[in-house]
Amino acid sequence: MDKQYVLSLLADLVKAFGETFQMVGISLAISIAAGIPLGLLLYVTSKNLFWENRAVNVVSGFVINVIRSTPFVILLVILLPITQKIIGTTIGPIAASVPLAIAATVFYARLVQASLCEIDRGIIEAALSFGASPMQIIRDVLVPESMPGLLRGLTVTAISLIGYSAMAGIVGGGGVGDLAIRFGYYRYQTDIMFVTVAILIVLVQAVQMGGDAIAEKTNKK
Amino acid sequence: MVHVKDLSVTFRNGRNVLHAVRNADLAIADGEIFGIVGTSGAGKSTLLRTVNLLQKPSSGSIIIDGVDITGAKGQELRRFRLSVGMVFQHFNLLYARTVAENVAFPLHIAGKTKKEIDARVPELLDLVGLSDKSSVYPSTLSGGQKQRVGIARALANNPKILLCDEPTSALDLETTNALLDLLGDINRKLGITIILISHEMAVVKKICTKVAVMSEGKIVETGNAYDIFAAPVHPFTRQLVEHTLDLELPPRLLKEVKGSLVKVVYRGEKAEEPVLSDALRKHAVHFNVLHGKIEYINGKPLGVLLIDTIGDKEEIQKAIDYLKTRAESVEVIHG
Repeated sequence: MDKQYVLSLLADLVKAFGETFQMVGISLAISIAAGIPLGLLLYVTSKNLFWENRAVNVVSGFVINVIRSTPFVILLVILLPITQKIIGTTIGPIAASVPLAIAATVFYARLVQASLCEIDRGIIEAALSFGASPMQIIRDVLVPESMPGLLRGLTVTAISLIGYSAMAGIVGGGGVGDLAIRFGYYRYQTDIMFVTVAILIVLVQAVQMGGDAIAEKTNKK
Repeated sequence: MVHVKDLSVTFRNGRNVLHAVRNADLAIADGEIFGIVGTSGAGKSTLLRTVNLLQKPSSGSIIIDGVDITGAKGQELRRFRLSVGMVFQHFNLLYARTVAENVAFPLHIAGKTKKEIDARVPELLDLVGLSDKSSVYPSTLSGGQKQRVGIARALANNPKILLCDEPTSALDLETTNALLDLLGDINRKLGITIILISHEMAVVKKICTKVAVMSEGKIVETGNAYDIFAAPVHPFTRQLVEHTLDLELPPRLLKEVKGSLVKVVYRGEKAEEPVLSDALRKHAVHFNVLHGKIEYINGKPLGVLLIDTIGDKEEIQKAIDYLKTRAESVEVIHG
């Protein structure tokens, strides 16, 4: 292996990981901003809660299920026209972030809902008995009390996103998935594929451990 | 003054209809410690929760200090709830917050400033004896300490009424007694009206001034705590208080009774007089106390003694007749 080759390989890797981070970062930020409110909506409109609303609950649950049951590769293709409208192109990591963000948001919303369900209803009742308003309960009870669960869900979402972002490479999103396929599969450069996978393993481990550590720190139970 | 008028709560679940509370009427005076007792599933908790509208009544009304709050909604309901504190069986503390932050929570809801909150929280923690625990998280506290936090939190906004939903049912006997003493102290110090529900007569006996007995959604008997224990009327109440004055003599002792076995029941002031020694001085009999129990309800004694009265037949009869004039009831059980 000559020096030139290693250097160009390194440059490709850096670029690919940069794109992956970009895709995961944008989608993760959107899934926090949209997934938490959506999860809260699912929870507070459920039975016997303060904004109980069967119609809203069923419709939002159904939409989430539809998106979640669509295989991600298909979702990528279906959303191409929408991506074109929003971003102006369908190529590149920013364009790939559109389907990634949508998939991650509905995925995270379900995890948010699940961790909210873990809160003892008695605590919500206590807050109501002190005259708390629904918004106060959301801000001061639901979110802080479910924080460890919200963070664990975010870790799971981030790791899924790393995996999904590799698929986004197929439609021109770039990133490590694209790199591994182009070099490792089409060009038979298995060394690149192994390096990529090794880096991904380290990355996923780091995210999981970091997420667990932060979640544990917020857990006062 | 809390008035519950002809209140019913009905739960419907498909075809099943559950009448949790049926036509309940209650009048609770300011500063009272009012107990609601009954077996689990009697509707006590549902009835209590209607007082701050955590449970909407199906019919009837809740009137507090002359104001009908039954239909209160939104902002009006939330403002009303600031004047009613609530303590829960399972504490329902915020686990992500420290003890001090838990106590500060209702103050925060009420829109108090940080300065006001910082001044009030230590007062409340001092009141419940938890000043040294202010910065720890609830998961590190014992059950009794958690409930003290619950009480401090419920009192934060100086409510007029404190609702206690089985406040000691998750605690051991010793902790229960300490906690009931605390509730009694708070009632005396602050003059707050306490409505407490429990399935344990012992809890009611210790601190309640008035009692309502519930069975199958209905209030079957209401009265002073002492009267409920001393002279229960409804069969269900009788069953509840029976063990309070139930004395059972071992069969061996029953066989060896020498004279007449007499059951003497005391009530109120009479129980504090030296009735037995007076009887002994006047009549030539011997008393052998075989069994006895004196309960204090709101500080008033209620007692029963089983006495073997030994002596001349005629003298025994005279002694019994004398006891009848001094005690609540005298009953010859044997001989």
